[in-house]
Amino acid sequence: MIITIASGKGGTGKTTVAINLALALTEDGSTPVHFLDCDVEEPNAHLFLKPTIERQQPVGIPVPVVDLAKCTYCGRCAEVCAYHAIAVVGQRVLVFPELCHGCGSCTLNCPTEAIHEELNIIGVVEQGHARAIHFAHGILNVGEPMAVPIIRQLKQQAIPKLANGQAVILDASPGTACPVVESLHGADFALMVTEPTPFGLHDLRLAVQVARDELGLPVGIVVNRDGIGDTGVDEYAAAEGIPILMRIPLDRRIAEAYSEGVPLVQALPEWRERFVDLYRRMAQEVAG
Amino acid sequence: MKQLVILSGKGGTGKTTVAAALAHLAARESSVVLADADVDAANLELVLAPTRLEEHDFFSGQVAVIDADTCTACGRCAEVCRFDAVVPGDVAYRVTPIDCEGCASCYYQCPAEAIQMVEPRVGQWFRSDTRFGPLFHAHLFAGQENSGKLVTLVKQQGRLLALDTSAELLIVDGPPGIGCPVISASAGADLALLVVEPTVAGAHDLERILGTTNHFGVPALVCVNKADINPTRVTEIAAYCRQQGISMVKAVPYDTVVSKAMVQGQPVTAYEPEGAVARALEGVWEQIKTTLRAA
Repeated sequence: MIITIASGKGGTGKTTVAINLALALTEDGSTPVHFLDCDVEEPNAHLFLKPTIERQQPVGIPVPVVDLAKCTYCGRCAEVCAYHAIAVVGQRVLVFPELCHGCGSCTLNCPTEAIHEELNIIGVVEQGHARAIHFAHGILNVGEPMAVPIIRQLKQQAIPKLANGQAVILDASPGTACPVVESLHGADFALMVTEPTPFGLHDLRLAVQVARDELGLPVGIVVNRDGIGDTGVDEYAAAEGIPILMRIPLDRRIAEAYSEGVPLVQALPEWRERFVDLYRRMAQEVAG
Repeated sequence: MKQLVILSGKGGTGKTTVAAALAHLAARESSVVLADADVDAANLELVLAPTRLEEHDFFSGQVAVIDADTCTACGRCAEVCRFDAVVPGDVAYRVTPIDCEGCASCYYQCPAEAIQMVEPRVGQWFRSDTRFGPLFHAHLFAGQENSGKLVTLVKQQGRLLALDTSAELLIVDGPPGIGCPVISASAGADLALLVVEPTVAGAHDLERILGTTNHFGVPALVCVNKADINPTRVTEIAAYCRQQGISMVKAVPYDTVVSKAMVQGQPVTAYEPEGAVARALEGVWEQIKTTLRAA
């Protein structure tokens, strides 16, 4: 089962839920776990799981390189580029790698075949193990704008071909835009971690719109810091018929353990069975 | 006019709480314009109770649409699409809009000229009034691309109005992360306030957001929020900032009053002005003013 953990709002506890779910299932021994940290702008799961990295694969975008001996400066490449990533000015061709999406349209449209592509490295995918957990994350290089190509590569490399009987856990980034869509795409279940505050609820609604309404995924909710705000999230969940699968109370001990990088299931072992149960309940939801 | 952007790297560290408080404090002594640059999950309006004055559609990017009657199902579009956005069919191929990057590669390659590029409506942006000053904010529809362009638009609108009305400060509440919308939100800022929390994740993410502001030449100040959760981590963050030559402003303590103020739809400095959180934020504002004056 492939589970993506999302939230809309940042800092609601996505990574907390993701790593504790992974650790609980691994310690329980019943289910092999593949963990993918898809927050490639600010990947944090490794700080808690402390994996040994065994493989690194740079991720690049294929950007055009123009052979000036063949180029006739006709400007067709600039005309077809939807991103203004290539420009022809007099007898010069300028390429702006940070704008290029690597679609290859310029290469296909060049009448003199003067363009080939070379990878512009924007980040890396790293894979390894955190004890029995198959761990992978992507890291976007500082100053690079595009997170999606890294997430795409991460998923291609780290999601097992036959996910049946295995737990594949994807920890998404905050927000609801393209990086989150890429992290949700292909999942069997979307687990929304929220906090019971107006900000949490507002962004939860948006995240549910993406996962359930746009992508058609079954969704469930984890309420974190339960008790901190108001009852808006409960009312929303009841009205929408979305199950609340777990509640993590507002508890200073939990916040302090998190701040030190100590997973909840290790700081407070009674949480192990609760996370295993959370997985069971998601499986039931997927089975319908 | 000075431009202040509030960033964090990690989400949920308190950017919007700090932005709303600074808007409240700044508006007491000068004229301020506000821009919410977190266009996929805009929250500033929830504590500023804005009155909407203008509403605009935001069209951006392109999406390929295949005309089923003209399509010969030759499959060339799927062959050239590098984003797996074309779904094959026996009679006609079709495009999944959410996967389409709008590159138009298929449009140019289709031998039957069955493909059109259309510019979709991907969001809305608004000009509103709040009790602290004008607010520009936006809503990018669920799952859309081009948040960077919408961020730029919202920020530019705020900037133009600030210049037109001789406002002294534009406060930009930024998105989490370090990618495209953050780069758009930071462009042109005189100062970035980085709100961090004293956790292993917060400290790690500070390094990356600081790398980003350095990369684009934006001076930064660091504010530790929820500081008493882990004093040891605060000391470590302070040591890191010293080593990087970055000044820290007053730390803000952890207090559930922040959530209570949010539930009441108020900046925490207005909700409990004499509380420890509000007093710390007054200190932060004084330090920001001093830094901006020198910038």
